[in-house]
Amino acid sequence: MAELYQTQRAMRNMRRAALQRGVIGILDIGTSKIACMVLKFDGTGTFRETDGVGPMAGQANFRVIGAASTRSRGVRRGEIDTMAETERAIRTVVAAAQKLAGVRVDHVIACMSGGRPASYGLNGEVVLQSGKVTEHDVASVLAACDAPDFGRGREVLHAQPVNFAVDNRSGLGDPRDHAGNRLACDMHVLTIDGDLIGNLVQCIRRCDLELAGIASASYASARASLVEDEQELGGACIDFGGGGTGVSIFIKKHMIFADNVRIGGNLITQDLAQGLRVSLPVAERLKTLNGGVEATGRDDREMIEVGGDTGDWESDRRTVSRADVIGVMRPRVEEILENVRQVLDAAGFDHMPSQQIVLTGGGSQIPGLDGLAARILGPNIRCGRPLRIDGLAHQLTDPSFSSAVGLALFAAHPQDEWWDFEMPAEAYPARSLKRAYRWFRNNW
Amino acid sequence: MSVVIDHRPQRQPAPQPPRVKRDPAPSRLKYRLERMWLTPLYRRVLRVGLPAFLAAMTAGIWLADEDRRAALTDGIAGLVEKVQSREAFQVKMMTIEGASPAVDKALRGMLPVDLPASSFDIDLAALRLQVLRLDAVESIDLRIKPGGILSAVVTEREPVLLWRHARGIDMLDAGGHRVAGVTSREMRPNLPLIAGEGADMATEEALALIDAAGPILPRLRGLVRKGERRWDVVLDKGQQIMLPAEGAVTALEAAMALNRAQDMLGRDISVVDLRDPSRPVIRLGLDARNTIRLARDMLPLGPDGKVIEKKKGG
Repeated sequence: MAELYQTQRAMRNMRRAALQRGVIGILDIGTSKIACMVLKFDGTGTFRETDGVGPMAGQANFRVIGAASTRSRGVRRGEIDTMAETERAIRTVVAAAQKLAGVRVDHVIACMSGGRPASYGLNGEVVLQSGKVTEHDVASVLAACDAPDFGRGREVLHAQPVNFAVDNRSGLGDPRDHAGNRLACDMHVLTIDGDLIGNLVQCIRRCDLELAGIASASYASARASLVEDEQELGGACIDFGGGGTGVSIFIKKHMIFADNVRIGGNLITQDLAQGLRVSLPVAERLKTLNGGVEATGRDDREMIEVGGDTGDWESDRRTVSRADVIGVMRPRVEEILENVRQVLDAAGFDHMPSQQIVLTGGGSQIPGLDGLAARILGPNIRCGRPLRIDGLAHQLTDPSFSSAVGLALFAAHPQDEWWDFEMPAEAYPARSLKRAYRWFRNNW
Repeated sequence: MSVVIDHRPQRQPAPQPPRVKRDPAPSRLKYRLERMWLTPLYRRVLRVGLPAFLAAMTAGIWLADEDRRAALTDGIAGLVEKVQSREAFQVKMMTIEGASPAVDKALRGMLPVDLPASSFDIDLAALRLQVLRLDAVESIDLRIKPGGILSAVVTEREPVLLWRHARGIDMLDAGGHRVAGVTSREMRPNLPLIAGEGADMATEEALALIDAAGPILPRLRGLVRKGERRWDVVLDKGQQIMLPAEGAVTALEAAMALNRAQDMLGRDISVVDLRDPSRPVIRLGLDARNTIRLARDMLPLGPDGKVIEKKKGG
């Protein structure tokens, strides 16, 4: 774990340096689109009260100065498939955003949805030497969490302390200076395939950019679309993406679970193309303009010209009714929701005090989805849009950009991770000068 | 309108090459150049530094040659000369108003250039300061009028007093400024005379006193400044009126009143001492004193002020 600690700390330092310089890029690499935003940090909140916009829920210390999105290329199921194609797509979107912003972006924070994320809840416990929780006790309890075998080639993406307990007082957010004999902590660890991170780093480096942070797309979209109460009392965010559907569960403002269902909107498009015998672009257009999940009698009479350029008049003048489209889409949407249900059941979402579910992502714009989801997932459903942030153009505020917005919030207000704390002295190799320094600092 | 399609094999249109969809992604070189262009340092260097450097280098290379530099300076000088010597800037004559012949001559002598000359060569401010150094000139208004005329309107100082001092006799104006020197008193008999060190500092008071001395003006020989503090009025027949340092005019008016009432100055009085205004003192002349002494049966006084002893015996 020490190696991971070093790389994550290096990324964190790079992020801090970028924030110091004031410009950082956000790169959301999805299966259907890649979005890039250029954030400008000014620290003092000078942008406050511009054109009647209030303090933006505490998000006023940064501003979007350039944003662009492009069709994603070379990404399949949230994972980079063709590196060169993805690199070109990243170049396109970064160049466009840079041009809008008028500044050069050197550091980017990226998020990816795929890579088979796996959540682990770890706990650790240490005996307090001084009878009081000190800074390095927190670090040592985090290091004392017994990590299971994550499997070959797995990398830790997030390792967030969720809960601290001193003796039998649990539910502490910040245990420092609490008196007691025993400090225990619960930590949520999210691992994904290490190769995926390696590919991402490679792609971004080939675009002359530095990776200053990496986050899970499910986590980012939950940060943007769950409101503060939902994060505090318990809620799940379901991000309908192109290549997969992200699920993340929040309670007490911490993510406690994240997973990814590997069925997404692209599969719906594919079903339409196969079922109605139309090309993929036509199927995509049918899905976005005429799609739905609840058929009514009127939809039988609403005929849609599918068009085509095969040269065969019969084939090109074909029409389908909207009920046909819905009939193809609905089973697939139901399947996605069933899978989400299984994921939520596996995570024990039924035992949460509040079971608010927020649908976001591009797929959540299917009309009638909330009704269908209410039947499958539970009664408390709403369609969520990302939080407003300063300077973001209106066409980039729809639900499909919630993970990009969440990544911006992650850049501005990162939550504590394991590597934000100093490594305990025991973890350094023996005979290290640093270890001696650390020992002196902790004991004198 | 029907379209006839020619199906003969020779007349078939060449098959259109399939349209290659352009890759929207910028090439790696273009991307790098764009990023470089967005770097502030490069931007500044290319947009400001490079043009400035090129301009400076071109000018430097061109000016490195001695001949070109000389040609440039000559060209500039020639251009300036050409503009300055235009007909519109020529000054052809000088008119002087309100000056006596002597001042007129001096003024013409002071003009640094020979007319006609360009108006750029005549520094009017310097010329004015130089002219004002002449004592006889109180003020001068110099200007170049259209038509190439240098016009000088001179106000000369008017002499009102003659001041006799150790170095000779000068004429003073009402403010006490020297106007010109005279060789003798007879050259300006109409001007009143003042004398004494520092008399020119109090010309105003002197003029007021001369005004106040109206009835005895024919007898007035002059005013003498004593100790740079007070005035003495000197009349003919050796008579003298000593005035106080302050309120001199009032004191003189009082003396004039006495003179009017009792013909004081017509009597044998050598000095009227009014230095203490509350206690005027007069000094009698010798004849008057002897007359008094004889009447009192006392021995007369001689011209030296001593008592003449009667010679005893023959």
